Amino acid sequence: MKLSGYAAGGSDLLDTTFAALADPTRRAILARLAQGEASVTELAEPFAMSQPAISKHLKVLENAGLVSRGRDAQKRPCRLEAQRLAQATEWLEHYRTFWEAQFERLDGLLEEMKADDKARTKRKRPAPKR
Amino acid sequence: MTKSGALTVTAQGDRHIVMTRSFNAPRRLVWDAYTKPELLKRWLLGPDGWYFITCDVDLRVGGKYRFVWKNDEKNATLGMGGEYREIAAPGRLVSTEKFDDFPGEAINMMELAEHNGVTTLIVTVLSPSPEARDGILRSGMEKGVTRSYERLDDVLAAMAPAGSVA
Repeated sequence: MKLSGYAAGGSDLLDTTFAALADPTRRAILARLAQGEASVTELAEPFAMSQPAISKHLKVLENAGLVSRGRDAQKRPCRLEAQRLAQATEWLEHYRTFWEAQFERLDGLLEEMKADDKARTKRKRPAPKR
Repeated sequence: MTKSGALTVTAQGDRHIVMTRSFNAPRRLVWDAYTKPELLKRWLLGPDGWYFITCDVDLRVGGKYRFVWKNDEKNATLGMGGEYREIAAPGRLVSTEKFDDFPGEAINMMELAEHNGVTTLIVTVLSPSPEARDGILRSGMEKGVTRSYERLDDVLAAMAPAGSVA
């Protein structure tokens, strides 16, 4: 990809990183890892994909420096290399800051909506079975 | 309350921007928050100081939406709008997107996937040109930086103990 107009140091690595990011499954994996470490089994769960398929995606993310694997021979937990991601997306960071402020407000609104939903369900079914 | 997932923003190719974030709520609620004016007005506000003066949504294929924000302090307004191209509640919404003062029209695709009560949002913006894409990113950058500094001001003000002003 072209990065003309941006002072993007090490653009070969950036290419690799952006290529790694150019896949919805891999982005979803990163989104999951942003919440904390996870094993391949845990990562495979929400996707209709086999563990080997997930492992293949992880390999791409690892090569791009976006994910690292723990030493624990059994689990080899995957973790997000947040710094690498930040480096690759530095020029996107401020756009992100803008949207994050919106989404934080949305978080609050959704909590309210969930509470309203619950209250409504309760009113509909006054004597729920335990 | 479970913490919602971090927001990721990436650029793809020359013309795409992709945003991903998860929300601790079922996707029909996220869908409502994205498509109902009374709910949109409560979160899609932009930086501090901006508020909606127009928030019209005609949610049907070929229907139009129109958003206008105002900032009293800056005495400025910002308007944008577009047309809904594809509506598949509560999973997929495709619309055109054009800001009043910028040339060109972008295509905005919003996708919502739900797993265990957590909704993952993926927004893909296809800009009319690489220049427009970079322009979008830069405009967000300016606002984001301004907002961060404003936030920092608030934090610093709160940190200053009362009566400590030299």
